[in-house]
Amino acid sequence: MRDFDYIRPTSIPDAIAAAAEPGSAYLAGGTNLLDLMKGGVTSPERIVDISRLPELNRTERLDDGGLRIGALVRNADLAHDAAFAKDYSAVAEALLSGASAQLRNAATVGGNLLQRTRCSYFYDTASACNKRVSGAGCAALGGENRLHAVLGWSDACIATHPSDFCVPLVALDAVVEIEGTRGRRHVTLEEFHRLPGAAPQRENALEPGDLIVAVRLPAEAASFAANARYLKVRERTSYAFAVVSAAAALVVDDGKIRAARLALGGVAAKPWRARAAEAVLLGADANEATFASAANAALADASPSGDNAFKIELARRIVVRALMSAQAGTPERLPALPASPFSSIPGARHDA
Amino acid sequence: MTSLPISLTVNGHRHELEVDPRVTLLDLLRERLDLTGTKKGCDRGQCGACTVLVDGKRINSCLALALSHDGAEVLTIEGVAHGEELHPVQAAFISHDGFQCGFCTPGQIMSTLGLIAEGQAGNDPERIREGLSGNICRCAAYGGIVEAVLEAQEQLAKANRRTAA
Repeated sequence: MRDFDYIRPTSIPDAIAAAAEPGSAYLAGGTNLLDLMKGGVTSPERIVDISRLPELNRTERLDDGGLRIGALVRNADLAHDAAFAKDYSAVAEALLSGASAQLRNAATVGGNLLQRTRCSYFYDTASACNKRVSGAGCAALGGENRLHAVLGWSDACIATHPSDFCVPLVALDAVVEIEGTRGRRHVTLEEFHRLPGAAPQRENALEPGDLIVAVRLPAEAASFAANARYLKVRERTSYAFAVVSAAAALVVDDGKIRAARLALGGVAAKPWRARAAEAVLLGADANEATFASAANAALADASPSGDNAFKIELARRIVVRALMSAQAGTPERLPALPASPFSSIPGARHDA
Repeated sequence: MTSLPISLTVNGHRHELEVDPRVTLLDLLRERLDLTGTKKGCDRGQCGACTVLVDGKRINSCLALALSHDGAEVLTIEGVAHGEELHPVQAAFISHDGFQCGFCTPGQIMSTLGLIAEGQAGNDPERIREGLSGNICRCAAYGGIVEAVLEAQEQLAKANRRTAA
């Protein structure tokens, strides 16, 4: 690992001033950053350790009924917060389906949004990667790419965003609260992550020095509490990134869908909000035929970026399953294998 | 970069040290404090062999900068037994053959201590397997490990009832 300066500022303004200097990187849980530094994928000259900044490790209810989650709240603490898990069950389920218990004890809310892709060519410094070295080319195109993107990719980059947490968050209209050298601003999570286009090295809306201080869920997000699920297909039962995942949230009244949210994970460089599918669902009868139409709408623009055409059909099926699971109702207690298609889900077919 | 001061309490003993910022908690434990029970497997947060408890919570010590945990209380496998008397989790791993080569075992045991303290798994083998999925065992002693966790929980619950009575 390359040598670096280590500083631990005691206030948010001091942290931002330090991190605005070129070559700086914030350190919180460190579960992704230290891995990248050990592999030489990223080599900051200065580490700004924010893990003890006051104010950032609290979750608070806002006057407007929304929820504000501090950027340093640990993944495990949030997922096991009983009040949080009751109102935002799909978010808790997504958190518990990610990584391992050890990593969830260290990883933070803000860091989860900023985790880098798991594309193996990004990690392999001997391979060409436009995300790592702008203009270097993309070894994943024409390489081992069965797990790569099927939506929103470009010839410059076909990597996916690995987060589970972000998938229900983007479905529920989460907003990222950012503090920078010019004060505080709010960016919707949907706008926060960027598609690669010609500049895959620009992954999000952050400018130098910008610090994620919180993630907000609007009041309406809790209205889906009774019918919200996250489903995730993995290549092993636990402790693996998503091949494809989906967060589905419904408000169903008298058999009609009064409100619907849908987002996909593992399919693009950002958590993928499926608004066209939501339009199909809204006002329609809550049944499998409607869900299949929504799945078709969600994947209408999908195309394989390599040996991954199977992910498009897999995504359609997981969308139908997620919607059926949401309709069946949020379970009283999360299943033993959170988000797993192999858990027993009332009303959901295992062969869908 | 010059070394920076750090204070850590490890297995009840306080240490004042100067460390290079690049030093992970894992390397500090093994190389500076000679506590080599905590194993370096993958060194990338994928195998769980380096699991320790920091302020009561299990983490991968390979993905933690030592400096970032200045002031923390750390428990490693060396601090689990009471003198010559094994902790119930250690004893259960032996009686249920919860290992073969033993390399992952310190991490498995520390992870089990974290799992039991979290209280999420209960006596459901599926929840125990899921809760320990961050600890890889290449000898595949998983069946014995789950049995060991179930028995250790029972022994600890009995001991707690005795204490309460």
